[in-house]
Amino acid sequence: MTRKRRRLWILLLCAIGVGSATALTLTAFQDNIVFFRSPSDIMAERPAPERSFRLGGLVEAGSVVREEGRTGERPTVRFRVTDGAHAVPVTYQGVLPDLFREGQGVVTAGRYGLDGQFRATEVLARHDETYMPPEVADALKRAGHWQPEQGTPPPAATWNTLQPTRTGSGS
Amino acid sequence: MIAELGHFALALALVLALAQSILPLLGAELRNGRMMATGAPLALGQCLAIAAAFGCLMYSYAINDTTVTNVVQNSHSAKPMLYKITGTWGNHEGSLILWIMILGFCGAAVSAFGRELPTALRARVLGVLGLISLGFLAFTIRTSNPFERVWPPAPDGQGLNPILQDIGLALHPPLLYLGYVGYAVTFAFAIAALIEGRVDAAWGRWVRPWSLAAWSFLTLGIALGSWWAYYELGWGGYWFWDPVENASLLPWLIGTALLHSAIVVEKREALKTWTILLAIIAFGMSLLGTFLVRSGVLNSVHSFANDPERGLFILGLLMFYLAGAFLLFAFRARAMIPTGIFAPVSREGAIVLNNLLVCSITAVVFVGTLWPLFADALFGSKVSVGPPFFNSASFPLVVPLLLAMAAGPLMPWKRAQLVPVVMKLWWVAVIGFAAFFVALLASGQKVLPAVGFAFAAWVVGAAFADIADRTALFRTNLGNAWNRAKGLPRAAWGAAIAHAGIGITAAGIAGMGLAQERLASMAPGESVTLAGYEWRLDAVRDEVGPNWTARRAQITLLRDGAEVRVMRPARRYFPVARMHTTEVAIHTNLIADLYAVVGEEEAATGRAVIRLHYNLLAPWIWLGAAIMALGAALSLADRRVRVSAPNRAAARAAAPA
Repeated sequence: MTRKRRRLWILLLCAIGVGSATALTLTAFQDNIVFFRSPSDIMAERPAPERSFRLGGLVEAGSVVREEGRTGERPTVRFRVTDGAHAVPVTYQGVLPDLFREGQGVVTAGRYGLDGQFRATEVLARHDETYMPPEVADALKRAGHWQPEQGTPPPAATWNTLQPTRTGSGS
Repeated sequence: MIAELGHFALALALVLALAQSILPLLGAELRNGRMMATGAPLALGQCLAIAAAFGCLMYSYAINDTTVTNVVQNSHSAKPMLYKITGTWGNHEGSLILWIMILGFCGAAVSAFGRELPTALRARVLGVLGLISLGFLAFTIRTSNPFERVWPPAPDGQGLNPILQDIGLALHPPLLYLGYVGYAVTFAFAIAALIEGRVDAAWGRWVRPWSLAAWSFLTLGIALGSWWAYYELGWGGYWFWDPVENASLLPWLIGTALLHSAIVVEKREALKTWTILLAIIAFGMSLLGTFLVRSGVLNSVHSFANDPERGLFILGLLMFYLAGAFLLFAFRARAMIPTGIFAPVSREGAIVLNNLLVCSITAVVFVGTLWPLFADALFGSKVSVGPPFFNSASFPLVVPLLLAMAAGPLMPWKRAQLVPVVMKLWWVAVIGFAAFFVALLASGQKVLPAVGFAFAAWVVGAAFADIADRTALFRTNLGNAWNRAKGLPRAAWGAAIAHAGIGITAAGIAGMGLAQERLASMAPGESVTLAGYEWRLDAVRDEVGPNWTARRAQITLLRDGAEVRVMRPARRYFPVARMHTTEVAIHTNLIADLYAVVGEEEAATGRAVIRLHYNLLAPWIWLGAAIMALGAALSLADRRVRVSAPNRAAARAAAPA
């Protein structure tokens, strides 16, 4: 086999490889990209009930309710996620991560039902109390909770003392 | 005083690195022997200086020196000594020092073991390593100096994040960094070869052990991280396709490709430019991983609070090294003329296919990991890419990879026929199909795990077929085969064992596809059933540790009414950090893990949230990784690595094959 033909072969193989990787990526993207929405986004535009997305914000202080389950049943937790301007009620069945706290940033994944409840299938965990997921910081910024013009964001630890803000009250 | 010594040692290392990045490189250009000879002592001195700095930091942690800011922020006097010491690298600054120290060790190792390298090549490799070290030392001293003092001294430290107070922290970062930094050495070899404009079999023979060692450590590091997440976080999973996890997988994948293509350079003097490119990208991916983990640009479950400014600095370093490398590559790649010619169906061809598929998987993981960044920058939309994407996009690429990796080692170099390979593998295929149907029936018609088992059997069987073929196990008597097995090069054993390790891991992943989980709210005395066991919650009691208090549950496992085992998961509370952690109870019999987690309790009713898992074949995932690393280590002990390369080359020149 000549060098030219070998090079042609390799080029052809590479084209097939790159092509199939691109095709796979694009098709997988179509179904599996998960959008991030803040409570204000949901109020502005109601998401379709069949499409799952990530909801993020702060866990409203005083909103966490654990429901008693009977033996063998999955325990349910209810809480509200707020970005300061709006709040969305969330239900979750499962063990909450160790760093789930009232007044702290949280990211949950699930679907928004027609009854206005967000059914979380997953509450994302964190390793560090002071870690603020970038999307949550952005959502708070957009909701007017933190003005970038007024300087750098306050350290995430001080956001814990955030007072509960009811729907629509803003800040 | 000790902290000042450490700071001084760090500054000294910076100066030595500066000298190391100039003198040997310049000397190699000017063909000045004395300047080139400065490389080795400079590398050694730099290594000692960084080790001294690291020792000073470790000492400050061990005595809990609260006048050092870094110690105050990350340690506490009540911590057990082991975690005080491992806490040295449980934070950004300390882990950077560890990173640089390992780089220093690598430089010292190149100067110690590389005595037989051509003088100019060794000088250039050391020069490039010095340049990398220089960038990271400047970064540390400029933005992340761990020796800063605080006045007045704090009464005590703020404590180490409780999640990190675990033996995993002692092992995972050093192993992972050994892997990352190992690719700095192959990168340095690639750059040196580009400067010289020459890549030959001898170059391949020097690069291969480094890429093998780096790959081996990275494999262990990733597996250990996965295992750590599995038992420490208590989610019952082993891989979450989280950006931080993917960041370590990317260099591993490219490293796998590099490992294979370096063999072709060594044996056949082909794929030279491609191997150089892989070596550059492997290090680029290592740096990208460092950037992703430390900048906090992506939402990760494994992220710690971090400083975006530091991320920018690392991005700058990444740009500098990669841009320089690619520029050099663009100018010099033409000089690498391949001499070995091969047919598409051959060992080389199989390795090209391996490289192609592995690089495609890398591309998929890369795009999926970084897409949220691009989407935010280009369209301003906040998106995340989760496990479904990675699973569905990488699965179709993993299938042909596993199919082909069975055939590759059975093919001869240069030109091969497909029929003999098929003849050697047909019975393996039969076993694979048998595994598929058995798994399908046993699991209740779950197709994907059954496919996984089929491929696991196929890969392990093919590794055995490879050894059987080489030792002529079925063609001659046992004694003869034994003699042949003893004479087989260790690299051949290493390759077969590493391939079998992939199969074992695949079996573990397939088994986890059949894992069962049960979540329940239970009062003491109540029980639930899972996987044929009755799990009875006996009680939840208080417990006190050195720097934590805990609620420990006692769960008794019953099978047909008889007590089998008692499991004691706990939920710890660390008052210093005001934080809970989960202590999982795992009982393993190597076939399956029984896994129990205790969650929150309701004070009013005494009920506790209990999560139970039955994880089939879970230990095999990490066992397989350990076997892969063992295979690589065996390959490292091969004769052709141990016996000095120039002597062999000289011997071969004397007696042409």
